[in-house]
Amino acid sequence: MKKVKDWRFRVSNKEAIMGTVLALLNFVWWYAFAYGLGSQPVKEYTYILGFPAWFFYSCIAGFIVFTILVWIMVKFFFKEVPFETEEMEKEENH
Amino acid sequence: MNWDVILPLAFFLVLVFCIGIYTSRHMKSGPSFLQDYFLAGRELGGFVLAMTMVATYGSASSFIGGPGAAYQLGLGWVLLAMAQLVTGYFTLAVLGKKFAIVARKINAVTLIDFLKARYESKWVVILSALSIVIFLFSAMAAQWVGGGRLIESFTGLSYTTALFIFSGSVLVYVIAGGFRAVVITDAIQGVVMVIGTVIILAGTIVAGGGIDNIMSELRTENPNLISPFGSNESLTPLYVSSFWILVGVGVVGLPQISVRAMSYRNAKAMHRAMIIGTFVVGFIMLGMHLAGVFGRVILPGIEVPDKVMPLLALEVLPGWLAGIVLAAPLAAVMSTVDSVLLLVSSTIIKDVYINYVKPDAEERFVKKLSFAITAVVGLSVFAMAINPPDLLIWLNLFAFGGLEAAFIWPIVMGLYWRRGNANGAIASIVVGVGSYMWLHVNQPNLWGMHTVVMPILFSFIAYIVGSFTKGDRPQTNTF
Repeated sequence: MKKVKDWRFRVSNKEAIMGTVLALLNFVWWYAFAYGLGSQPVKEYTYILGFPAWFFYSCIAGFIVFTILVWIMVKFFFKEVPFETEEMEKEENH
Repeated sequence: MNWDVILPLAFFLVLVFCIGIYTSRHMKSGPSFLQDYFLAGRELGGFVLAMTMVATYGSASSFIGGPGAAYQLGLGWVLLAMAQLVTGYFTLAVLGKKFAIVARKINAVTLIDFLKARYESKWVVILSALSIVIFLFSAMAAQWVGGGRLIESFTGLSYTTALFIFSGSVLVYVIAGGFRAVVITDAIQGVVMVIGTVIILAGTIVAGGGIDNIMSELRTENPNLISPFGSNESLTPLYVSSFWILVGVGVVGLPQISVRAMSYRNAKAMHRAMIIGTFVVGFIMLGMHLAGVFGRVILPGIEVPDKVMPLLALEVLPGWLAGIVLAAPLAAVMSTVDSVLLLVSSTIIKDVYINYVKPDAEERFVKKLSFAITAVVGLSVFAMAINPPDLLIWLNLFAFGGLEAAFIWPIVMGLYWRRGNANGAIASIVVGVGSYMWLHVNQPNLWGMHTVVMPILFSFIAYIVGSFTKGDRPQTNTF
């Protein structure tokens, strides 16, 4: 059988890579703020909205920022593709 | 008995029950029975998909165990819990449209259908089915015990009666309604979980005199409570980071989660589900765990971590609101067990019976059998939960990490690496499960990381090495 690569899989592969990169960024953000700001002595902590700065940036801002990044990724970079194979082939033949 | 608390809880149980029954009357009959019963005809929209993924994933530990640990260890445990934010989008992004498209092409109803078509190997199917049935059966029994205990503690009923109420309400709608009833009730349970989080967090902040005040009291008690390292400085960065594998990206390997990635209607549903799912899982984890930490200021000195949430809800809220909050963990438990119950029964019927015992079974018979097997599995879990045997409790310890180590590579590499073959998948499952169980018993938390990390690495190596041995690649163009 001749191997023709389904174009929808290329879209999907790209999106899987984007999702993985976003997860990596998410980890870096979470780690850098938590241990970058949180490792100093507690006495020297600064506070934002009552929370220690490390916690605010890592967990609260991180949650909001990455929810927005997911929205941006999905809205602007993810493509809509048909799922039913017959449907798609019909569309292509006409 | 505190009727203020019990009434909202009872109302919730009845509501879920009625909706489950109502949905089951919308089951289609005809040639699509299996797809319909186990996958709701692949018709999930974005909101329901997001909710069922979050609710299936979120269990008693998100509402009881986790906040209890946060109460003891402080903000460091909230940091750890936030590793779960990634589950909101990662599973759907990585399995992605390819998984959904392939599943449609090969008519896959279960995760094992996918593995069977990809690897064309009897052993992959048998090993996967065994892992799913053994691990998830014990995991389910443990959650079932948790559900019974929850009702027992809120209502003062005896454990057996509580268990009976819990099992009765779940079993009836799962058996009658299948996947559709499961996901619709999951959506409602997910909403209850969000509402419960809002109420308990707000109530705790008010009762503690505002966040500034709570933080300064925590700092006075023990400064480490507001550091990322935990009250006793036990939370090292490496250990906390390793939870990104266990409760973050590794969740892709949980069959009850990945099967949902073949159940949605179209690309739009998947896109919406990623946004909603990320928000909901982040919100619940942040809110519930923070409430646990804040609770320390309001109710100091609770010895048993599991009692923190119930006591806190009763302390800071009026009875009826506490009832709504306490419905959240119950919702979390129900939404997990209903999904797992259906998964176990689909494995027995579709993957074992139809694959190997009677491939040409008649539609009407399969239908009866599906109801029957689901009922039998459910009733045996109920029987086990009345007086759980030690073996079951022991097996449950491995369920989560063991399934991740078994399935993550056969699924992900199976999708994205053409060279991956049956030998690789078999090696990966055996090495993953075996090394996880061995490490868990002999070297827990090896090198300061959660036990799951090394087995996931080992099973990856096993997959690659196995795939380089002689073996056939799939002949078709499907993957």
